[in-house]
Amino acid sequence: MRAADVVAERLPEAHAAVPSPAAAAHPRLSPHLRRLEAEAIFIMREVAAEFRNPVMLYSVGKDSSVMLHIARKAFFPGRPPFPLMHIASGWDFRDVITHRDRMAATYGLDLLVHTNAEAAAAGVNPFDTETGEYSRLMLTEALKAALDQHGFDAAFGGARRDEEKARAKERVFSHRRGHVWDPRNQRPELWRLFNTRLAPGDSMRVFPLSNWTELDVWDYIRAEGIPIVPLYFAAERTVVLRDGAVLVVDDDRMRWREAERLERRRVRFRTLGCWPLTGAVESDAADLDGIIAEIVSSRVSERNGRLVDGAVQASMEAKKREGYF
Amino acid sequence: MPTALRSPAALGAPAGLDDILRTPSAPVAPPLPVRARGALRFITCGSVDDGKSTLIGRLLHEAQGVLDDQLAAITRESRRFGTTGEDVDLALLLDGLEAEREQGITIDVAYRFFSTGRRAFVVADTPGHEQYTRNMATGASTSELAVLLVDARKGLLEQTRRHAAIVSLLGIRNVVLAVNKMDLVGWSQARFDELVAAFGAFAGPLDFRSVTTIPLSARFGDNVVEASPNTPWHVGPTLLEHLEAVEIADDSAAPFRFPVQWVSRPHADFRGAAGTVASGRVAVGDAVVVAASGRTTKIARIVTMDADVEVASAGDAVTLTFADEIDIGRGDVLAAPRARPTVTRRFAADLVWMTDEEVEAGRRFLMKVGTATLPATVTRIADRLDLAWLGRVPADRLALNAIGRVHVETAVPVSIDPYGENRATGGFILIDRATHATSAAGLVIAGLDGARDVHAQAGAVDPAVRAWVKTQQPLAVWLTGLPGSGKSTIAALAERRLVALGHHTMLLDGDNVRQGLNADLGFDAASRAENVRRVGEVAKLMTDAGLIVLVALVSPFRADRERAAGLFPAGRFMEVLVDASPETCRARDPKGLYAKAESGRIVNFTGRDQAYEPPTAPALVLATDEIGPEIAAERLVQAILERIRTQPASALAAQL
Repeated sequence: MRAADVVAERLPEAHAAVPSPAAAAHPRLSPHLRRLEAEAIFIMREVAAEFRNPVMLYSVGKDSSVMLHIARKAFFPGRPPFPLMHIASGWDFRDVITHRDRMAATYGLDLLVHTNAEAAAAGVNPFDTETGEYSRLMLTEALKAALDQHGFDAAFGGARRDEEKARAKERVFSHRRGHVWDPRNQRPELWRLFNTRLAPGDSMRVFPLSNWTELDVWDYIRAEGIPIVPLYFAAERTVVLRDGAVLVVDDDRMRWREAERLERRRVRFRTLGCWPLTGAVESDAADLDGIIAEIVSSRVSERNGRLVDGAVQASMEAKKREGYF
Repeated sequence: MPTALRSPAALGAPAGLDDILRTPSAPVAPPLPVRARGALRFITCGSVDDGKSTLIGRLLHEAQGVLDDQLAAITRESRRFGTTGEDVDLALLLDGLEAEREQGITIDVAYRFFSTGRRAFVVADTPGHEQYTRNMATGASTSELAVLLVDARKGLLEQTRRHAAIVSLLGIRNVVLAVNKMDLVGWSQARFDELVAAFGAFAGPLDFRSVTTIPLSARFGDNVVEASPNTPWHVGPTLLEHLEAVEIADDSAAPFRFPVQWVSRPHADFRGAAGTVASGRVAVGDAVVVAASGRTTKIARIVTMDADVEVASAGDAVTLTFADEIDIGRGDVLAAPRARPTVTRRFAADLVWMTDEEVEAGRRFLMKVGTATLPATVTRIADRLDLAWLGRVPADRLALNAIGRVHVETAVPVSIDPYGENRATGGFILIDRATHATSAAGLVIAGLDGARDVHAQAGAVDPAVRAWVKTQQPLAVWLTGLPGSGKSTIAALAERRLVALGHHTMLLDGDNVRQGLNADLGFDAASRAENVRRVGEVAKLMTDAGLIVLVALVSPFRADRERAAGLFPAGRFMEVLVDASPETCRARDPKGLYAKAESGRIVNFTGRDQAYEPPTAPALVLATDEIGPEIAAERLVQAILERIRTQPASALAAQL
């Protein structure tokens, strides 16, 4: 029995919270999704063939889930010839960690987890530390340290150009000198001829889902029956309203402010970050059809719920220049 | 987002939503076909300040609706950076980099995605500045249609012409000429007609299938989505109407090509070639040929994770397995046996030059074509495109952003097609060996070998079999070093010893070869490169014949030797440095050449007025300052025997 068969048998049971795959209703992908899938497979194979030591960054979110699914397709009947790496801040939703470990076990994948333990020990946390500084230390610096420690020369990320306007400017193969993105001096990227040459100290960030939209991601998840973290689906959850954001309190480390009180609301997440810094949205979308309908009619963008992004307009660009994805 | 895209569940959206959204005038289509059709990929291009980013911002805003938080952000920023007075500057939707917003210009391509009731779009907004032409070419290389903007006041500028030429060169056949800022010329039909006529006269030589002309104002939205009351004389479509309706002809008539990306060997029972079908189609049971080697086989399976399939077509990412144990690797191109690509080492190409450093004949690069990366030399610059009239003028160099015809020579044969026949196997890039920059985009015009239609014959007797008959492993041993360092002497002694041991050998000595095969060559850098190239090829033929070949050649330039080394399979080429100080060589001067060079009777003499570049990682160094020729020859023989021994004979008998 092939590994894929085992997975197909096990998953529905392991994922009671996930609606059953709608794949039967969509026996084939639309030409649009097939083109996007084939493009992502091509990119992943180029990386596997041309780099010495690649890694796939796995945030456990919906985009990472699509990326992982496509990586399995790209190298079938073999396994993806690179490990997965999760940068855990220590403030990840428990559901995210559970899902991550289940996926790694189910597919027999090599999973690396890295946390900036020094910063955490020094007391850096999402309540006391200024948000920009917190994300720099726990995400950007943690990522850079992990990449350096393992000597990875290429790292896949699930970022899409439709997410944010600095990302809309980035190449599929994003050349980094000492992790730093130089947006004014990007290499031309012609056809599908990716220039993968690196000088010592250089590395590449590679975005196989560059040309996908949020809606494409959800359409694909539905068509392929890809398991995702249940937090994406609307459910009654215990929340607190803070600074205009709806926070789901995920563990007892919450710092309460005066007069704050817990409420039960029907909410879901469009994007998953650290739980004290990611706003949920009120929603009735309890399944994939519901989510897709909601996105189609939405009036705000996906990253609006990320408190980390908001402060400065060019914030994403600034973070990318520091070496963030 | 227009109502047509909403699934039924979404139609109960909050009241008032439709007031915010502009519903396109198109009839409401059923939800699926739009996304099933596949997005139209297009670019906006043209000169700086012609309004490209504003136009896309306007399209996004009117066709789909800009999301609330994004509109709020650019409204805030318009006060700070905006170039439109009190109005919201829609270009800020696109100009995502800080430097772009500060300067009010576009530096790099932005990719945006939007859908209407009729079609989904991916638009690449490209920069107009000449300095950033390479970024415009990046956007154009993956597009199916180009919207070329012209400022109604300024007309066709040099950069407009350059962009039109690049668009044509890269094979975009559908063009929209968008005459923008019509509000600033009083909606003058005469001015519009004048610009259309000027473009028609200019673009005659360009290879466009359709040119649609539209007068518009990106800032005020005239003829972008809605037909403008200001241009009653314009009978054609608005920009969005045209984009929704235009049909892009399918050029997929090209024969089957499959550049192998990755050899999949997950376990002993499976060996497949993973890749994406570049053109044509292939089915289980079809005969295919490995273009470079000429070996043919049949497709056994077409594997995907979902299930094996019977047929794969252009764009499909699959893994192929074969009926025979065939030698195949990354960079190989599988093709239809009756419609093979050109396999050549020399071809003509057009280049779009992309770095500050000019290119001249003789420059060496890495070339990436399909999935193959290999050393290549630009051997000749033939001409340059004059953008004023699209004529070709003689040139001997190409500067930044120039377009010109060149000849390229690769270290090993490549499998290519003319770009006009096949984008996937006809487009290539040149990579600078030192800086790793992408120096040029290249488009294959034609192979240059008279014998280009002669395809490699996979003989029943191959090099391994010939070697087996001689009971030895073939090897090329390349002795390099200064004139007078002792190469010829050592090589002759070593050959005599190898023959005594029962080996079949050949000695190619530089001086002897120049008496015959290379009698036409001088000693300048280009001639030396050709000298080394020919000797390398001859050595290659002789190793294919099963011989151990000793080459004694000054071969002063590292790149020339690397190119020669690239001709041989791994382990079949051994570089040996015969090392002696220039003083020693001058003192020995066995042929009296140093004396002649000193007196000025020889120029281009290595070690005097021409540099010698020693190998960076020679397999063996023979320091003839310290050891005599007999000892040096003995060391060389030992190294050769060791190299031959570590290459165990494979199961050759089984092949025969």
